[in-house]
Amino acid sequence: MAQFDLNDDGVVVIVGSGAGGGTLGNELAQRGIKVVMLEAGPRNEIQDFVNDEWESFTQLAWTDMRVASGSWRVAQDFPNLPAWIVKSVGGSTVHWAGASLRFDEHEFKIASAYGGVKGANLLDWPITKADLDPWYDKAETKMGVTRTNNIPGLPGNNNFKVMEAGARKLGYKEVSTGRMAINSEPRDGRGFCQQIGFCFQGCKSGAKWSTLYTEIPQGEATGNLDVRPNSHVARIEHDRTGKVTGVTYFDETGALQRQKARVVCVAGNSLESPRLLLNSASSLFPNGLANSSGQVGRNYMRHMTGSVYATFEKPVHMYRGTTMAGIIRDEARHDPARGFNGGYEMETISIGLPFMAAFLNPGAWGRSFTSALETYPRMAGMWLIGEDMPQESNRITLDPTAKDKHGLPVANVHYDDHPNDIAMRNHAYRQGAAIYEAVGATVTYPTTPYPSTHNMGTNRMSANPRDGVVNKFGRTHDIKNLFISDGSQFTSGAACNPTLTIVALAIRQADHIASAMQKRDI
Amino acid sequence: MRTVDPRNRYSRRFLLKGMAAGLPAAAIASSAELSVSDAWAEDGPLAPPTMKTLVKVARDIYPHDFLGDVYYVNAIKPWNGKAASDPAIKTMLEDGVRRLDGDAQKGHGVPYVDVGWEEQRVKLLEGVEKTDFFKKLRSDLVVSLYNQHELWKKFGYEGPSADKGGYINRGFNDIDWLPKT
Repeated sequence: MAQFDLNDDGVVVIVGSGAGGGTLGNELAQRGIKVVMLEAGPRNEIQDFVNDEWESFTQLAWTDMRVASGSWRVAQDFPNLPAWIVKSVGGSTVHWAGASLRFDEHEFKIASAYGGVKGANLLDWPITKADLDPWYDKAETKMGVTRTNNIPGLPGNNNFKVMEAGARKLGYKEVSTGRMAINSEPRDGRGFCQQIGFCFQGCKSGAKWSTLYTEIPQGEATGNLDVRPNSHVARIEHDRTGKVTGVTYFDETGALQRQKARVVCVAGNSLESPRLLLNSASSLFPNGLANSSGQVGRNYMRHMTGSVYATFEKPVHMYRGTTMAGIIRDEARHDPARGFNGGYEMETISIGLPFMAAFLNPGAWGRSFTSALETYPRMAGMWLIGEDMPQESNRITLDPTAKDKHGLPVANVHYDDHPNDIAMRNHAYRQGAAIYEAVGATVTYPTTPYPSTHNMGTNRMSANPRDGVVNKFGRTHDIKNLFISDGSQFTSGAACNPTLTIVALAIRQADHIASAMQKRDI
Repeated sequence: MRTVDPRNRYSRRFLLKGMAAGLPAAAIASSAELSVSDAWAEDGPLAPPTMKTLVKVARDIYPHDFLGDVYYVNAIKPWNGKAASDPAIKTMLEDGVRRLDGDAQKGHGVPYVDVGWEEQRVKLLEGVEKTDFFKKLRSDLVVSLYNQHELWKKFGYEGPSADKGGYINRGFNDIDWLPKT
């Protein structure tokens, strides 16, 4: 394993080790480039994961202070937990569900496809699906996505079978156990899914792709990747010409260190990445780094989301087996006749009893709530994930008062649902309930969104530097050796889980950075 | 399957520290079988009648008739420790109970625990629903009650599965009542 000097100004510093940072780090290391990866969280490995929701939450989740505001219900129910994401090596690829879908063509050009949407800040990506398809191919191969590369689909569990039967009764056609980055057969030195059912708590079998035990050790084996856990980046520094020169970070002892760099890539997710750019404000960049457009932190997206749980007369045991291996795609199309732009997918989900108590209807108490919980083994569940409208006022700012343990201003996460989001969610609640009622549900529960697991936008790609923060390779418009490498690059959120697209963009970006370094462009 | 490390790596103190960021602190209850009277026989700053009322309130907030008092006692007991280390918490709990008892005396002529019907006690709780007392008690309870591993099986939740090899050979797809599609 490599250990590079703090004064080595030839390294690429990557902030974050998740889908974006972890992938980029390995891809650069494989190309012979020296990488220092700074991860704010500790290094928990597979043997450390626990099949216990609250204990695992304490082990893996980002619980440092954040502040939520806006009219979304999360701000009221979980004012200091706007997002449920991971602070541990591997980032949110440790707790992600594995669903790996490509954007549809129209989802790269929503301004053109949807036209003017009042109150929304729509923009076409500077790339098309055709541009990204070859990189999607590489990402699917790397991650071992089922139903690609001749990899069979996962078997359906009880929860899937209920959703599938209801969906067929309603006439839905695109119903399957999905495209999952979870091995259905041994592959890439990892075993196949044991149907454990704790996908969100870290996969104990290693069947689910995570940068923690794929990209990161592969990168380390090259001798070019130096991973430093418990390293919280405070600022990105620059010289008088505006070129970035390195970062300062708090190490595991709390001491401030300075790592020099030739290139800095920020992949701390859509909350922490803009926070870092804003916290790096200087006399040359008084509004934060890479923020001449004023768009840093804006256009925060988190998907429409919601869940439908349903109770049946007989047992389901939804929690047995792969959590999200089940999808209905028929509603993912763009069809304004339904009363909204964009589309949504329905995906199986289950949470254990402790989380069901906390999230079925946060704040609820009394008999109607407890009688719902008492049906737990007879419940089925689905998650609703649809495209939400980017809005300028949905944004990450530095909270004026709250500070973290290092004294750094924390992220304030402001979100209001757009009328389009609400219309879509109501449609999805109705369809979800109808699916379960078609196979005998006695009660259905339209469940409010959880703290955000899909965090997108906030440093979006744009063709014109006026409209966004980064160009089509994730390079900031303002600073040529500063890159954004996570989902904050997204110009739109699409109706699907973001990880595959983050990985595809990271592989593509690695190619771009390596060639720019070779040409001495950076 | 890789080998599972069954050790519990986190102390309760660590858990409480980690969850301080906006989520209810989990009171991880011990599995010791306590009777209701034992619960407030122990030393602590909260008087036995206060503890007894809090246990009743806990059951009225999350009523499960198949759960014995021990689970509600386990969920409430940690408040005694919190009250010991923080006088503001002690005051909040005592004031909350005093208010409930006052409302109960006014409406029914008896203290809260002696109000006969759950429905009547729920009305009294609705009267304090917006107070810190109620909000803190409820948000703690939703973890401290439902995170007791001993009660999971009563709800039909099977808990950890990796140590049993997952469900691949234990019924992940055993549903047998669905209509044929």
